[in-house]
Amino acid sequence: MYCSKKDKRLAIIMLIPFLAVLFLFVYGFIFWSIRVSFSAWDSILPDMSWVGLRNYQELMGSLRFKTDIVNTIYFTLFFMVICIVGGFLLSYLLFVHLKGEGFLRTVYLFPLSLSFVVTGVLWRWIFNPEVGLNALLRMIGFKAEFGWFTSTYSIGGFNVALIALIIGASWQYLGYTMAMFLAGLRGIDDQLIESAQIDGAGEWSIVTKIILPIIKPITFSAMIVLGHISLKIFDLAYAMTGKGPRFVTDFPGLYMFETTFRGNHYAEGAAISIIMLLLVALVIVPYLATSMKEDEA
Amino acid sequence: MKKKVLAILVIFLIATAVVFAAGAKEKKDANTIEIFSWWTAGGEADGLDAMFKEFNKKNPELEIINATVAGGAGTNAKAVLATRMQGGNPPDTFQVHAGHELIDTWVTTGFMEPITFILRDAGFLDMFPADVIDIISYQGEVYSIPVNIHRSNVMWYSPKLFAQFNLEPPKTMDDFFRVAEVFKRNGIPALALGDNESWADTHLLESVILASLGPDRYRDLWNGKIKWNDPQVRQALTNYARMMEYTNRDHAALANMDAAGYVAEGKAAMNVMGDWAAGYYYSQNFKQGEDWDWIPSPGTGGVFIMLSDSFGLPKNAPNRENVIKWLELCASKEGQDAFNPIKGSIPARIDGDRSKYDRYLNAAMDDFATDAIVASVAHGAAISEPWLTRVNDIMAAFTTDLDVDKATREFQAAADRYAP
Repeated sequence: MYCSKKDKRLAIIMLIPFLAVLFLFVYGFIFWSIRVSFSAWDSILPDMSWVGLRNYQELMGSLRFKTDIVNTIYFTLFFMVICIVGGFLLSYLLFVHLKGEGFLRTVYLFPLSLSFVVTGVLWRWIFNPEVGLNALLRMIGFKAEFGWFTSTYSIGGFNVALIALIIGASWQYLGYTMAMFLAGLRGIDDQLIESAQIDGAGEWSIVTKIILPIIKPITFSAMIVLGHISLKIFDLAYAMTGKGPRFVTDFPGLYMFETTFRGNHYAEGAAISIIMLLLVALVIVPYLATSMKEDEA
Repeated sequence: MKKKVLAILVIFLIATAVVFAAGAKEKKDANTIEIFSWWTAGGEADGLDAMFKEFNKKNPELEIINATVAGGAGTNAKAVLATRMQGGNPPDTFQVHAGHELIDTWVTTGFMEPITFILRDAGFLDMFPADVIDIISYQGEVYSIPVNIHRSNVMWYSPKLFAQFNLEPPKTMDDFFRVAEVFKRNGIPALALGDNESWADTHLLESVILASLGPDRYRDLWNGKIKWNDPQVRQALTNYARMMEYTNRDHAALANMDAAGYVAEGKAAMNVMGDWAAGYYYSQNFKQGEDWDWIPSPGTGGVFIMLSDSFGLPKNAPNRENVIKWLELCASKEGQDAFNPIKGSIPARIDGDRSKYDRYLNAAMDDFATDAIVASVAHGAAISEPWLTRVNDIMAAFTTDLDVDKATREFQAAADRYAP
């Protein structure tokens, strides 16, 4: 791109305030949090004496944090799979078969306009073991005993109480992945599919051999977006369930909030947030690296 | 088009400028007092308002800035307050749970001024029970004025259910298990619990511990003088674990008020909750003696577990003189009698005007005047916030896995670190 020297200088001047704010309030405070996480700050008064990895070691030994990490992994996994598979199916149906696309698209996309807090309150009532879905099932004669998000049952570390949260979160984000996939499908050249049909390809092979490879980048971006949402999840669980009995619906974000702002365990809170940052970085950095490479190429 | 966008931008700029200008003006004015609390709705807000009216009657020249941050038990307000205090921008005065929540968080760290002189000068020191003065003091100085008292160790029960099975409300833990067994056999949850927030578990636990230890040893446990492997403490934890057999299955989905409601609706026999439940029953038109009644929680007769909201004087409060006037009102009979009947709590003073209080509150005032008084753990009076969050976490696990040995170890580890 062409730009004059004067333009360049102006651009740099215009960028400086933004960069200064960015470095101070984002990177500056990330480093500050890292420093706090190595400190003994455990009350309202800052105590910056160095304790090395003690806060991290204590977290690794705490039942609550271990449960949080396992919950996050399972939640992320199910949330991503449901949203991506479900979103693709919905968009594909809209793309090829269904009538009333405009209407349905809005219906699917609508939950996205709510905030997680609203979604949380909504599903909290639906999955309340006494008044919600269970009451409905009992009314038509089933013996509905399942405690949903209050269940303390766990299968191989997976707390079944998370199912309620996964459903709530997926309900909200299905429409989002559907919209992304639909845009991708619209971008596929019709001739490509038509010529495949002329060559005698069935629907299955058109989907798996042509459509899926073409929309791979979209799948990838959707995974990144969903992944970083679920790794940082706070508001949905906060509004819907809280930490739950024996932390069955607890996440690092909730723990961080409670321990820092209710318990004044500032150093521990900082350590939790740094671990969360690293988790998200694990997902985002490879994505940024590949997309930068693509830009260069 | 461009002009339109520009016009909108200008309007926004002016609007923000006006908002911030107003904020700046508030700060400078010496004829104001900023009172920070989490009383945003219901009887609490109305009670606060009644106190404001009293204050304005006496100090018509002063303007009250009612700085409230919504959120149950002040969880959000506390975060805002911490930011303001640490940033050197304290409100003139703020609501805080009397006891260790105030003392360990704000007094020992040097944020507060002692205010014994306010009580002494007004001759009010004898107007509060000695146990209460003890709870609000640190190294011989008083640091906050308690405006109300709530009782934690109350058992609410359903007279109808007890009459139906010809049972008496339990006065001891043994009685409790005996009647609970009857209810269980008849398919009725004996003990309603609403612990979607784990402080409700801690709330129940403190009554159960008091029942085993009695008031003096209860204080010693939370002072760190008694170990958690003490036989009486162990008995209390075992009792708690056993009580969980008699609870409603949906307890983890309920808020504490829902559980209190179960009792009045006849869906459960008993519930241990603070006496704000009485206010809730009155507001729902449940009748005392028919739908609900109360006794001290089993084994805690003659002891009053108290919690209290109080106001203090931060160092560098912008309008110190005005705060002193406010605190004088908080400590006075008029102030306490304006606030408490509406909030549904009893005055911290012993000379409240009985005619202003309802039947339950009058009974509570009787007990408050004669009982031994100890501080509540679950509501920040007996232990510090860092310790309390650990206790709540331990309870969230203990209530589910009922592992007494593990809980004992974890409670002791928390006490080792956070006991004074």
